[in-house]
Amino acid sequence: MTRGKVRVLVAKPGLDSHDRGAKVVARAYRDAGMEVIYTGLHQTPEQIVEAAVQEDVDVVALSILSGAHSVLVPRVAELLRARGAEDIVLLVGGIIPEEDVPALREAGAAGVFGPGSDLDEIVSFTVACLERRRSS
Amino acid sequence: MELVERLLDGDRRALARAITLTENEDPRAAELARAVFPHTGRARTLGVTGPPGAGKSTLVDGLTHLYRRSGRRVGVVAVDPTSPFTGGAILGDRIRMRRGAADPDVFIRSLATRGHLGGLSWHTGSVVRLLDAAGFDTVIIETVGAGQAEVEVMRYAETTIVVMVPGLGDEVQAIKAGILEIADVIAVNKADREGADSLVRELEMMLELGGRSRGGRSGEAWTVPVVKTVATTDEGMEDLFAAAERHREHLASTGELEAWRTRELAAEVTGLIRDLVGQKAQAWAETAGAWEETLAQVAARRMDPRTAADTLVAEFLACARSGSAEAAGGGPAGEISGGSGR
Ligand SMILES: Nc1nc2c(ncn2[C@@H]2O[C@H](COP(=O)(O)OP(=O)(O)OP(=O)(O)O)[C@@H](O)[C@H]2O)c(=O)[nH]1
Ligand SMILES: [Mg+2]
Repeated sequence: MTRGKVRVLVAKPGLDSHDRGAKVVARAYRDAGMEVIYTGLHQTPEQIVEAAVQEDVDVVALSILSGAHSVLVPRVAELLRARGAEDIVLLVGGIIPEEDVPALREAGAAGVFGPGSDLDEIVSFTVACLERRRSS
Repeated sequence: MELVERLLDGDRRALARAITLTENEDPRAAELARAVFPHTGRARTLGVTGPPGAGKSTLVDGLTHLYRRSGRRVGVVAVDPTSPFTGGAILGDRIRMRRGAADPDVFIRSLATRGHLGGLSWHTGSVVRLLDAAGFDTVIIETVGAGQAEVEVMRYAETTIVVMVPGLGDEVQAIKAGILEIADVIAVNKADREGADSLVRELEMMLELGGRSRGGRSGEAWTVPVVKTVATTDEGMEDLFAAAERHREHLASTGELEAWRTRELAAEVTGLIRDLVGQKAQAWAETAGAWEETLAQVAARRMDPRTAADTLVAEFLACARSGSAEAAGGGPAGEISGGSGR
């Protein structure tokens, strides 16, 4: 799929009602030449995974500020596996305490980005994950 | 092709992957298109177009809901523009398409234009066929925010709904010359805002003046209905749905539906012939060595581009008749056609 564009789903699961951060990340991906599907606030893990399947994305980027990441991330990862879509790179950003990061990675998140994360770093990390996936 | 089997079987991942292959012009896409074609032509198709922010996605969500309620399975193709600067895109139509989001009988796919003009993506027609083959008996296409030139949706939609909103002012004048002409049904959305009634009157007057019980697809006897809607509250949605279905019945009962389909298929074949012959002639010109020589003449202004093309095409056709052009010109064109060139 050399001629294809990288497709990213930027999603906000849970109840928090701020999507500034998600929009900023969405724009950064777009500016890196990617196609970003943005689905808005208050998505359930089921809706997110269904959208990821329909849109055939390479990456799902979750933005979570509500503190519910310990529930939401494993749930999304589990649903992706159930759909045979574990090849999709799962990333998490938002307000995530340092001590929760290992558990999220264990659950299936390829990368976790806290509040101060640099946008360029997020984009280049994403590209690196995709390259690794392609070569494996 | 295993992917085709799975797609026809209703596997959503297979359908999604098939759309990706098609969009990316993967070599497998031609075979895919050929394999699904016998399973297409069943879906009822609708187009929703109109200026940016008019409420197209919200209306598509409402229509999806109503078609689902009447037992239909709904596929949605939602197109948003690719940034000409970065090649990236933000596809946001799903934000307003909430009701179908977790319904197994709804499939929504967002596409970027990837440089295609006309309000759609390059492969919209093929994507509609994939949804059709996968058993979605109703397919709704949302164009990018459109004005004058984005009229291509009428090639794929049996019924084109043009969405207008009050408060656009002079824009109505501009739109009158463009997308309004392709309307089979007009929705005046955001009718909760001031000016909806006067917009309806203005549009109805325009339609009368423009003689918009036109020939074309809808036939002489079709009067374009203007329906007021508030997509966010579903007000008027039943009327819009009914108007769209009435249009479909009108097309079917007058024979216009079959005539239009046949015309569109003919136009598709014509377009493909043009592409394929063009590619074959080009490939032949480049491998036959005539290319550099002729271009040098053009560059030196000794020959004009039209004469150059005439000469090359004449030589290509002469070679084709004698059978020697096939080998040289088979490459890229064969890939697109899936090798149907011979
Ligand atoms: N007041 C009012 N707002 C509406 C109505 N329909 C849609 N909206 C709002 O208008 C905004 C744009 O709606 P969309 O459905 O995204 O419009 P769109 O035409 O799909 O936009 P693009 O795809 O970006 O061109 C959203 O904030 C909607 O909630 C309506 O009937 N009344
Ligand atoms: Mg929209």
